[in-house]
Amino acid sequence: MTDAAVSPPVAERRAGSQAWWNAVNAWLLLLPAAVLLVAFTHWPILATIRHSLFITRRNGTEVFVGLDSYQAMAADPIFWKALINNFWFALGTIPTSIALALLMAIWVNRNMRGRGFLRLAYFTPTVLPMIAVANIWLFFYTPDYGALDQLRSLFGLGGWNWLGDPSTVMGCLIVMVIWKEAGFFMIFYLAALQQLSPDLDEAASIEGASRWYIFRRITFPLLMPTTLFVAINAVINSFKLVDHLVIMTKGGPNNASTLLLYYIYEVAFTFQDSSYAATLTVVLLILLSAVALIKFGYLDRRIHYQ
Amino acid sequence: MRGRTHPVEAVAAWLLALVWLAPLAYAFWSALHPAAYATSFSLSAPFTLENFARAWKQAPFARYYLNTIVLVTLVLAGQLILSTLAAYAFARFRFRGSGIAFALVLLQLMIMPDVLIVENYRAIAKLGLLDTIPAIALPYLASAFGIFLLRQTFKSVPQELVEAARVEGAGPLGILWWVYVPLARPTYIAFGLVSVSYHWNNFLWPLIVTNSVEARPLTVGLAVFGAPETGVDWSVITAATVMTMAPLLIAFLLFQRQFVQSFMRAGIR
Repeated sequence: MTDAAVSPPVAERRAGSQAWWNAVNAWLLLLPAAVLLVAFTHWPILATIRHSLFITRRNGTEVFVGLDSYQAMAADPIFWKALINNFWFALGTIPTSIALALLMAIWVNRNMRGRGFLRLAYFTPTVLPMIAVANIWLFFYTPDYGALDQLRSLFGLGGWNWLGDPSTVMGCLIVMVIWKEAGFFMIFYLAALQQLSPDLDEAASIEGASRWYIFRRITFPLLMPTTLFVAINAVINSFKLVDHLVIMTKGGPNNASTLLLYYIYEVAFTFQDSSYAATLTVVLLILLSAVALIKFGYLDRRIHYQ
Repeated sequence: MRGRTHPVEAVAAWLLALVWLAPLAYAFWSALHPAAYATSFSLSAPFTLENFARAWKQAPFARYYLNTIVLVTLVLAGQLILSTLAAYAFARFRFRGSGIAFALVLLQLMIMPDVLIVENYRAIAKLGLLDTIPAIALPYLASAFGIFLLRQTFKSVPQELVEAARVEGAGPLGILWWVYVPLARPTYIAFGLVSVSYHWNNFLWPLIVTNSVEARPLTVGLAVFGAPETGVDWSVITAATVMTMAPLLIAFLLFQRQFVQSFMRAGIR
């Protein structure tokens, strides 16, 4: 009896039951993770959208109000302030920390004396809790007594309330976040640099190309996928990073440092207005989805040309 | 670009490293010296552990440590088990709907529980879990990141090994345990380090769902302790800050290579 002797319907039935058995196995394996993912990611996303269309009365009943909350949001200056702050925060932190990360990675990738120490120094802020970082930097920025003003007094300059002044608070927070993030991004560049072939710049340097030329025309273009990957992560992070606000500024002064997620936190848990917090969350979800679309729809197709 | 380094560049690299270490060095200085020396640097400043002793006495840091350790252990154990099972399903079985299911998993990479605080708070309240350690852990137990990393690794497991195990009579779970899991060890270490550092440091969600000493992790405990209203000395707050970050920092210094490689491995997707 060979396989050919088995009549086609039997083979099909066997294949069918095999596929069915595979599916059962797979879904059982997926089940625990799927339940938790649905409960704490997918369902909350849908519930957020739903709750943004309702308000909760004092007696606990929900009333459908349609897009009223969105209209209120459009008229809420703090919402716009938070959104614009988020934009400046991203613009202030992302390009600089990426440039620094690249520079650090190139240095650490060299046969430089003490490169282990350099790597350690650059990377260390990454493993610290944001809340500890905020505590340390809070002290730098303390008026008169803090390290920054002590430094200024050496030059005969007076004290300055760095975090209490709307014109300096955002800059101060941006500097701190760059310090926290650059070493993290360095890692990705370092990984990418180690995979580049050394032949490339050897060939180029034999041709007599300058270092800057090699970097500009060879290294940097080859690192483009890494740069895009890091940039996407940095954008997502810029929406998530709000821990430091709780300790350092509480979004102030006069909302000069508030960010969207922090405002959501305040509205939901200080002002106890969870319907409006849901409306604000929808905006955050739309922004994150836009980033996701750019990443999966556009970049992923273009990045993998290596 | 390995070759020779211009001395100017070497100096710049070292300067940047010193600037980068300065805030941390400063925190240690302030924590290890009397309050009077918090801002004046002098080599004759007496060394003291008094700030640590006072921080330890003024707030239940022992309990906070315990809470954080329980939290990161719980999260890591849950994540490892759930991600292993789910990644195995995606890597080894072909089934209808797997593409959509995987896309739905990946959604969590973009929209993390960190931003769904309002609805997740509702859910935790409904479950009656507010102010408990499981409440902090629950939204993070299913990790898209873990599933993704392990699926990548599992896909590279040679089919001959799987066949050999099957011939030996191993079932689906036996194959997972004896073939897939041992081969994925580096991925487990990488994911473990990233996960532990993330949850040791996590702050906003634990701040929202906890309200008592019994449930608060270190980060939230530190924030409560250091709040300006409490009027605690600056040096004591720095000592508490150093205590909060010390375990991770020490682990990082000891296993620097593994840390860096883990973050690298986790990053290259």
